[in-house]
Amino acid sequence: MDEKIRHILEILENDARASPDEIAALTDMTAQEVSQAIAKLEETGVIRHYKTIIDWDLVGENYVYAVIELKVTLERNQGYQVIAERIYKFPEVRSVRLLSGDYDISLTVRGKSMKDVAFFVAEKIATLDQVQNTATHFVLKTYKEDGVILHEPEAIKRLPVSL
Amino acid sequence: MRPPCDPSKFVAEIVKNVPPSGIRRFFDLVSGLEDVISLGVGEPDFITPWHIREMCIHSLEKGQTSYTSNYGLPELRDELSRTYYRRYGLDYDPASEILVTTGVSEAIDIALRAVVNPGDEVIVVQPAYVAYVPAVVLAGGKPVIVSTHRDDEFRLTAEVLKPAITSKTRAIVLNFPNNPTGAIMTREDLEDIADLVAEHDLLVISDEVYECLTYEGKHIPFSSLEGMKERTVMLNGFSKAYAMTGMRLGFAMAAPEIIRSMMMIHQYSMLCAPITAQIGALEALRNGNDEMERMVREYDRRRHFIVRGFNRIGLDCFTPKGAFYAFPYVGATGLSSSEFSERLLNEKRVVAIPGDVFGEAGEGFLRCAYAASMDDLKKAIDRMDEFVGGL
Repeated sequence: MDEKIRHILEILENDARASPDEIAALTDMTAQEVSQAIAKLEETGVIRHYKTIIDWDLVGENYVYAVIELKVTLERNQGYQVIAERIYKFPEVRSVRLLSGDYDISLTVRGKSMKDVAFFVAEKIATLDQVQNTATHFVLKTYKEDGVILHEPEAIKRLPVSL
Repeated sequence: MRPPCDPSKFVAEIVKNVPPSGIRRFFDLVSGLEDVISLGVGEPDFITPWHIREMCIHSLEKGQTSYTSNYGLPELRDELSRTYYRRYGLDYDPASEILVTTGVSEAIDIALRAVVNPGDEVIVVQPAYVAYVPAVVLAGGKPVIVSTHRDDEFRLTAEVLKPAITSKTRAIVLNFPNNPTGAIMTREDLEDIADLVAEHDLLVISDEVYECLTYEGKHIPFSSLEGMKERTVMLNGFSKAYAMTGMRLGFAMAAPEIIRSMMMIHQYSMLCAPITAQIGALEALRNGNDEMERMVREYDRRRHFIVRGFNRIGLDCFTPKGAFYAFPYVGATGLSSSEFSERLLNEKRVVAIPGDVFGEAGEGFLRCAYAASMDDLKKAIDRMDEFVGGL
């Protein structure tokens, strides 16, 4: 990978709002070069999406999250992809992953209440033909999300002057 | 009634002769000020990577709190030997050619004390880290200053070095990548210096603590030059590359005769480097490369940002290729380095170190560490822009 591209991706992975001007200053490029590079990264699907990590609790929106493990049976001519597609179309489903080990698929689901989530799983997921069984784990607290720690760590004091 | 005592008379002449550090005053000026942005630090703003800290914690839980070999943990010396073979093809025997020290600071001190006879001249290339001249003086040597220049992007050339060499010259202290200028050497420059070193039968004490922070090209250890291994004491440490400043861990690599004499001093003054830090250093060498490279890429971005920023606000700044310092020229404002930094601190609350602290050759320049958060760097440039605009 080109070093400049690596820099651009690392900057954007850390701060999706970094402007072409800001990125240009960090990479010794012009803003136009940066914009062109980003446009190409978007076109080719390297950059999938720009998103924001929000602590909804702080505005009183107490979403309930759950991790749901599914064991599934594959039908003839159907891979995991087909099941995954059925599941990820529900807006309640935040992520879908195929796993190795005891379970096949892991979902994270967001709802307004535990009841909400439980009913969603019972009605929409458990009832799918391919789903053998489910295990629902409610999230009690999120400490780190997508590489971002969700509480302010204590600042480390450094000497203001040292040689 | 016994007579009163003036304790100052007990202070040795050699210590009284150590020139005062221009930096102490700055500590006092900064203390008590609010909302200060500091580009004045000589250490990473990163915390030691967690896997290294975790390994230190684990070792403490296991009770690894004893002395180590005077030379340092054998596993650490083995790993250092392998690392430098892998990186540069350098072949240092872990049993006799490597000494683990309490930071590079100790290594500088004992390297000089191990090789300097009273009255020997030791060439110090300035602008330079402030410890070299006092360390030479304390070792009983005579510091001879050689200056590098902006026009050479602060590289040492044979041309400026040669006239400083006399029959009394014992050693040269080199520090590339350089604190405070961020300069690195080219192979041609180094080969020319090596020629002089061989011709005049000198020793080079090469402080390469910023080795891993080389952004353009590849670092060239002085000892890797043809015929220079026996003539080089290579000093390095973990502070800058792995953000481990407070752990105090460095090392020296040199010929067995020199390492043995350094160890003689080390064993009676320090005994051994702290074991916890040594364990952390071993983990850093074994598994720290990804985190180190991530930090280096981050510094590299800030480097571009700050250099462009200085040039934009009218402070001429060459692009440093190593370390984490930018060294803009502020002389065009009509202010001296220390006037500039003192007023900048008082009027705009930005700390940057006046270049003359690092030797006369640094007059007119300002050392600005970009090992600070992007937010702070942005604010610092904005404030300096206002400051320069208001002059």
